Amino acid sequence: MQFKGRDIVSIKDFSREEIDYILKTAASMEQIAKQGSDMLHGKILATLFFEPSTRTRLSFESAMNKLGGTAIGFAEPKVAAIKKGENLADTIRVVENYADVMVLRHPLEGAARLAAEFAKVPVINAGSGAEEHPTQALLDLYTILKEKGTIDGLNITLMGDLRYGRTVHSLAYALSLYNVKLFLVSPELLRMRREVSDAIKQKITVVEASAVEDVLAETDVLYVTRIQEERFPDPTEYTKVSGTYKIDLKTLKDAKEDMIIMHPLPRVDEIDHEVDNTPHARYFQQVWNGIVTRTALLALILGAKK
Amino acid sequence: MSETTLRVSKIRDGTVIDHITAGHALEVLKILGITDHVKSVVTVGMNVPSKTLGLKDMVKIEGRELKSEEVDRIALLSPHASINIIRNYNVVDKQLVRLPKVIRETVKCANPMCVSNSKEPVKSTFYVDNEEPLRLRCHYCGYIMEKQDIHKQF
Repeated sequence: MQFKGRDIVSIKDFSREEIDYILKTAASMEQIAKQGSDMLHGKILATLFFEPSTRTRLSFESAMNKLGGTAIGFAEPKVAAIKKGENLADTIRVVENYADVMVLRHPLEGAARLAAEFAKVPVINAGSGAEEHPTQALLDLYTILKEKGTIDGLNITLMGDLRYGRTVHSLAYALSLYNVKLFLVSPELLRMRREVSDAIKQKITVVEASAVEDVLAETDVLYVTRIQEERFPDPTEYTKVSGTYKIDLKTLKDAKEDMIIMHPLPRVDEIDHEVDNTPHARYFQQVWNGIVTRTALLALILGAKK
Repeated sequence: MSETTLRVSKIRDGTVIDHITAGHALEVLKILGITDHVKSVVTVGMNVPSKTLGLKDMVKIEGRELKSEEVDRIALLSPHASINIIRNYNVVDKQLVRLPKVIRETVKCANPMCVSNSKEPVKSTFYVDNEEPLRLRCHYCGYIMEKQDIHKQF
């Protein structure tokens, strides 16, 4: 399986076998992610974040440092050239000279695809508008596998902003490669984006519901997302759906004992803090799994792992 | 002599686009880049009676043989159109339009957040996921465009 030099633009570019291989590699990187290594000594990662980010950027930078490499980049688009009006294609063709791999977050959909077409070095999509966030999907799959021992055979509920939430788009595409039953729970206005639901319905059983209580008793993994306020074209639409769903102890009374709750973070108010102390909560473990998965991806893409 | 040819004069050399879905002739001209700056004779027939379609539009372009990649774009509007190449008043080639698998530049992505609608140096590119009903998928953002998204661009 060839990963060296490969872009990670969309999770749709990967087969089930390739994803399984990445997850297997991630499992083998747990110890390295803890202790550190020099397997990417001399390699440089550039983080190009045209949108604000805390965890994804830090996660990539931390992963690169753990492997002995170096991270450079910018965290907001106020940097000189972009503020002066430089387009993305030019920025990419400049930055590729400084780095061995690039991580890009951009507000426009398709930005990572465009960047990958212009770049001579591999491009990793760290969020392209409301479209996709493939490395989040990979760390989510890794979390499910680590916690449940399998992905096949599970009933998985994606809940929240399924329209603008890029993490659920990538995760839904990825899960459609496995033998899972998918419940989609959201307010009417935030239903799953059509191109995603059309594609996944061709591969797996998908059930749409408006209340999580209707599907909770069957759920093995509950994946909750925040409403992506910043992506609403009309702010009045946001006020219509804000605060319309929340997971708290009362909601969880019918949940399976071993059901796990995941969240890509940051959360606002969709998971009550009292849930953090229940055996269901896994969202802070996801953060660590993000480091592990990204060390695996960087090692594979830069050829340090085969 | 058929009713159609009585209404529209014959051309000596050029292209006849026949069986255009009624009401789409002017959009077909737009797709082909035939505007008021074109010097050649262009004859447009609209709502012409047709045995197979009921009503149809047709376009005759004197002195220009359309290339296949040009005529294939017509299928975006009129999937049943036929193309006749005329030389010395005779039909020397006749073919039905067919959508190419990839469509470049002809239409823009209907997703306002797509990077192909920004100032980047790229051409809009779509994959034909389905011909009937028409579904085009944007190469960049993956947005699915349907007939109404496409037609309102012409």
